[in-house]
Amino acid sequence: MLDFITRRLAAALVTLALATVVVFAIVEVLPGDPALVMLGTDARPDTLAAMRAQYGFDQPLMIRYLHWIGGLLSLDLGSSHAYGTSVAKLIGDRLAVTLPLGALALVWAMLAAVPLGVFAAWKHGTVGDWGVMGFTQIGISIPNFWFGILLVLAFAVTWQIFPAGGFPGWRQDPLGSVDALILPGLALSLGEIAILTRVTRSAMLDTLREDYVRTARAKGAPESRVLFRHALRNALIPVTTVAGLIAGFLIAGAVIIESVFRLPGIGQLVYDSINNRDLIVIKNVVILFTILVLLVNLLVDLAYVLLDPRPRIAA
Amino acid sequence: MSGFLARARRHVGFQTGAVLLLLFAGTALVSVCWTPWPPDDLAMRLKLQPSSAQHWLGTDHLGRDVLSRIMVGAQVSITVGLIAVALGMSAGVALGAWAAARGGWVDEALSRTSDLIFAFPAVLIAILITSVLGASARNAILAIAIFNVPVFARVTRGAALALWSRDFVRAAAAMGRGPFGITMRHVLPNVMSVLIVQATIQFAVAILAEAGLSYLGLGAQPPVPSWGRMLRDAQTYIFQDPELALWPGLAVALAVLGLNMLGDGLRDLLDPRLRLLRVG
Repeated sequence: MLDFITRRLAAALVTLALATVVVFAIVEVLPGDPALVMLGTDARPDTLAAMRAQYGFDQPLMIRYLHWIGGLLSLDLGSSHAYGTSVAKLIGDRLAVTLPLGALALVWAMLAAVPLGVFAAWKHGTVGDWGVMGFTQIGISIPNFWFGILLVLAFAVTWQIFPAGGFPGWRQDPLGSVDALILPGLALSLGEIAILTRVTRSAMLDTLREDYVRTARAKGAPESRVLFRHALRNALIPVTTVAGLIAGFLIAGAVIIESVFRLPGIGQLVYDSINNRDLIVIKNVVILFTILVLLVNLLVDLAYVLLDPRPRIAA
Repeated sequence: MSGFLARARRHVGFQTGAVLLLLFAGTALVSVCWTPWPPDDLAMRLKLQPSSAQHWLGTDHLGRDVLSRIMVGAQVSITVGLIAVALGMSAGVALGAWAAARGGWVDEALSRTSDLIFAFPAVLIAILITSVLGASARNAILAIAIFNVPVFARVTRGAALALWSRDFVRAAAAMGRGPFGITMRHVLPNVMSVLIVQATIQFAVAILAEAGLSYLGLGAQPPVPSWGRMLRDAQTYIFQDPELALWPGLAVALAVLGLNMLGDGLRDLLDPRLRLLRVG
């Protein structure tokens, strides 16, 4: 078990190290002169020189890279060119919106997908099954930001139950903040509901064919017990794995959804930073996302081992 | 081929997908030479009009005809999607086939690199690239192509590896044919059906990605109409003219739905294992 964890952790660290090289290359090497990207081609030579000196763009690449890595390790991410504040604080503030948003979307996805998938597998080959599969086909085809706009049309413009966008802040208005995240969470979860429903359905179809399910039925166990106690419990192993993999993408999907609902989260920060050409913020946010995705994948692998003893023995 | 057509005729999903795709491609083609109104014709007097006999889907905030703009938007979607998938596919298939043929460190290095690209969420790579290189349709294509490379590399490698241990490939090797010759003559033709299915699905993903990027303002730039950009503009006027936010989104959804259904249908029709299962 310990051996398995160590190996997975080492692999994740290698991936992360490579990721820092790639991000550094894209942000600081690819554009030629980062100062020129940040200030624009019509900037005066002395302003450009001042920026190069301020951010160390005049140093050799290797020194700049190591300086950045050192900063990452000590959580000193430098200061934002556009906001004039510390990048670490900026990101911390924004995570307070994005993490709850992602978590809410994951909860929506699980709440909707597991019952739908169980139902489709139970009614395999009938109209109910086709209906659910048709819904998943539509769910993966609709762009989630358009679904977000449709939700605004229905629940903010027509019925005015939820706000159309904006975020009051956790301290100022905790209940209003939860309200502000309901529609975005739903919009973000649509594609994931579709994918998780399919995974739950196929996993349930597999377990429903197992001998122990037949035994349970032969014993005369009630159908609900067979479905939820015997079959679903084992079907949840692949569902958890996929849910975890999806979690990383939920965080990324938040970039667009936050823009739809004007939520001051990480996604909005990325969007604004692109418009402000704030490479320092972009570079660090992308690495943060990568760390989150790797961390989630790692946790999924661990959860997998805890839920299913087989890979543990194999390891 | 006749067997394929006969089976295709019985596959409802495949047919629905094919019809939607024809509609999508047909719209793009027609828009090259004809649209109801010029797509960039400004008429402030007629802004935010509802659907009418003159303007079937109404007009936008600058008085431009929405239907005409959606038709031209189909061109943008198809161009970006096709080029991005073709680029990603060429590079990915070459790399995947090379890894399968060569094995050893090449295979290892390639697998690690594709793991690395998969660790970055695709949207972020796209945002990173377009933010550094500037927002344009060309850079959106580049960004979407890059995250297609590992997808095709993986699929090709997996399918090709299975072939390399088959007798007919071994026989070809024993007869002195080199790895390149075997790949071209025996491996690629046999993984083609898998690649076609994957390409269809990736085309759908690319259209979604293009819509997302242009919604964020990182795709094709105005005045070129793109579906994502139209949705962004429509959102600004959502209280005055809610209808405006419906059509471009519906266009994206139908195009993507068509490609997904076509891809799923092709997988059913081309996958020999499923065919055997049905016969048996």
